Amino acid sequence: MDGYLGIDVGSVSTNLVVLDENEEVVAKIYRRTQGKPIEAVQAGLTELEDLLTEPVNVLGVGATGSARHLTGVVVGADAVRNEITAHAMAARHAQPDVRTVLEIGGQDSKVIVLQDGIPIDFAMNTVCAAGTGSFLDHQSSRLGIPIEEFGGIAMTAERGSQIAGRCGVFAESDMIHKQQVGHPTNEIVYGLCQALVRNYLNNLAKGKDILAPIVFQGGVAANEGMKRAFEEALEQEVTIPEHFNVMGAIGSALLAKRIMSRTDNTTHFKGFHSADFEYKTSSFGCAACANSCEIIQIAQEDGSEKGDVLARWGGRCDKWDLAPTSITQA
Amino acid sequence: MAKPSERVITIPRMGTLQLMLEDMFARLDVKYIMPPPSTAKTLEVGVRHSPEFSCLPLKVTLGNFIEAIEAGADTCLMAGGCGPCRFGYYAQVQKEITKDLGYDVDWIVLEPPKKGFISFLRTFKKMAPHRSIRYIWRQVLISFEKARHYDSIEKRLLHNRAYELEVGASEKAYTEAIDILRPAVSKEEIAELAEVALKHMDESVAMDKTKDVLKVGIVGEFFMLLEPVVNFDIEKWLGERGVMVDRAVYTTDWIAPSLANQVGGLSKEEVSKYADKYLSHTVGGDGQQTIAHTVLYVEEGFDGIVHLMPFTCMPETIAKSILPKVSKDLDIPLLTLVVDEQTGKAGFITRLEAMLDMMWARRAAKAGHDDWIPAGAGTH
Repeated sequence: MDGYLGIDVGSVSTNLVVLDENEEVVAKIYRRTQGKPIEAVQAGLTELEDLLTEPVNVLGVGATGSARHLTGVVVGADAVRNEITAHAMAARHAQPDVRTVLEIGGQDSKVIVLQDGIPIDFAMNTVCAAGTGSFLDHQSSRLGIPIEEFGGIAMTAERGSQIAGRCGVFAESDMIHKQQVGHPTNEIVYGLCQALVRNYLNNLAKGKDILAPIVFQGGVAANEGMKRAFEEALEQEVTIPEHFNVMGAIGSALLAKRIMSRTDNTTHFKGFHSADFEYKTSSFGCAACANSCEIIQIAQEDGSEKGDVLARWGGRCDKWDLAPTSITQA
Repeated sequence: MAKPSERVITIPRMGTLQLMLEDMFARLDVKYIMPPPSTAKTLEVGVRHSPEFSCLPLKVTLGNFIEAIEAGADTCLMAGGCGPCRFGYYAQVQKEITKDLGYDVDWIVLEPPKKGFISFLRTFKKMAPHRSIRYIWRQVLISFEKARHYDSIEKRLLHNRAYELEVGASEKAYTEAIDILRPAVSKEEIAELAEVALKHMDESVAMDKTKDVLKVGIVGEFFMLLEPVVNFDIEKWLGERGVMVDRAVYTTDWIAPSLANQVGGLSKEEVSKYADKYLSHTVGGDGQQTIAHTVLYVEEGFDGIVHLMPFTCMPETIAKSILPKVSKDLDIPLLTLVVDEQTGKAGFITRLEAMLDMMWARRAAKAGHDDWIPAGAGTH
């Protein structure tokens, strides 16, 4: 079977999918990055291969997410693109007439507005933790409730407690106050979902037209309480696509397919066993000017002391930049 | 003739500003030290000694002054101002800070001529007491004229870079073109060499003018636009990805916003003409100009707008809240990037990449095909 591989390596989760020629998901992996993107990708590839019921001839590989460049080097990606484009691509694939994509991940959140299948506006939050999944993660541990159960508990609440969602610190002291005066836990849990939605709509989506059909994706879409809070706030139906937590990876596989279809190039994919290669990342301070940039270098072990240097980046200028040669100039 | 002053003057760094001032100081026989190029260390020094809530331009330029003083400067030349933007009192704040730090330096604050033309001229006299006011003014005007040409050459770089066949070729030609114009002294020489320099920009670089390029206009607060160190050299990043860039303000436009023949800037009447529908009065700084330039870029057929502003900048915060409506009304992609001391480049790049993808996709859709990634757009 021919197929395309998409990999999305974010700060919290690492997702991989294999799509077949008809752009259907054949296998998918959602796992934690745990601060080790290379290991996460390698382990993910091995797991993904185990899931495949028949061997897949990979025709193209896409990488996205904040570790996309690193991932591109490690697996030999053909398309290295930003996660906003990847998410828009995947949302449109799941729902061709989508107008609004709400995406909330562990450390960031996005809103993408589409018209006739074309993205026309977007915003991305990476600054305010109160507008991302880490907000719920943090409060759930404070409440002693596993994050997986959060959504279910939120759904049992008749109403949500009023919790200030503007800032993670305010929210926490507000929440503790509600606990101390006796608010039921499920109402506090749902109140937190509402606070996150309010923060998202007031900051990130401010000034944007949130038009239906609305697709809600990213890891936080696993939380039914969030879907409910969005629907109540927007007074519109919100759809969660089947593969909501691996949409970035799907989008990146779709992008790889498009790019490969336009060239005669064969894929640079190193194979599912690129997990077997040993990669070494090292850093050094550049002494050329007072910026003292920290340069990161990625090398593949080849028995030599330094290894085979594949890529280098991290400087303010391009003095040390070494782009991976594998990446197709489509 | 009296003896030249023993002062050693310095200025803050801001894009090509030092090209003009080097020329002017040389004409007036004034000794000067340019601050070393702004680096992470400059910012660190500036941040450490600045009020926390002030904007990035104050912090970076304070860092420049301190580094220049350490290198031997004894007089700081800074622009003043009298708008509702905080910039007007930055010179005074920086003066107090350097005093508190124990630096024994003199400050010359150049207030805009509309606050009094005679005192404006006297400020120059302070720099060059051995020259007559008449002589000084004549030289200042010639220097300014030369700086206009420096700006035109830079503008040509922003336009041409998208078409270059070899990455970096236009930038190399730009450095050479500046060196061609630099020795010009008389008005005639300036005019002649400026022409040679512009020609060099066009002719010494292999370009593919038939290439399909995106056109992006950069608007916002002047310091963010003019100083590549604080904007991560966004123009170069875009240009190398096949984007023809135009900028709302060049150094001389900022120095003399009311004069005609602006390189990129707009006259008061033009600002009013293009901005009034959305913002009909000044909001300090460059807020109204930002709106006007955005509208104009749309009229000129640009594909998108990048809006740059320092965090806590009031005029641009107002513009930022109006721009979404402009963007919606005029159907133009717009990206606001708020810059502060800790802003990482990666977040910028991700958004800019997405913006490029979006502009190409719109273009393809207008041409009637559904192709998100154009040939030649490359992989970021």
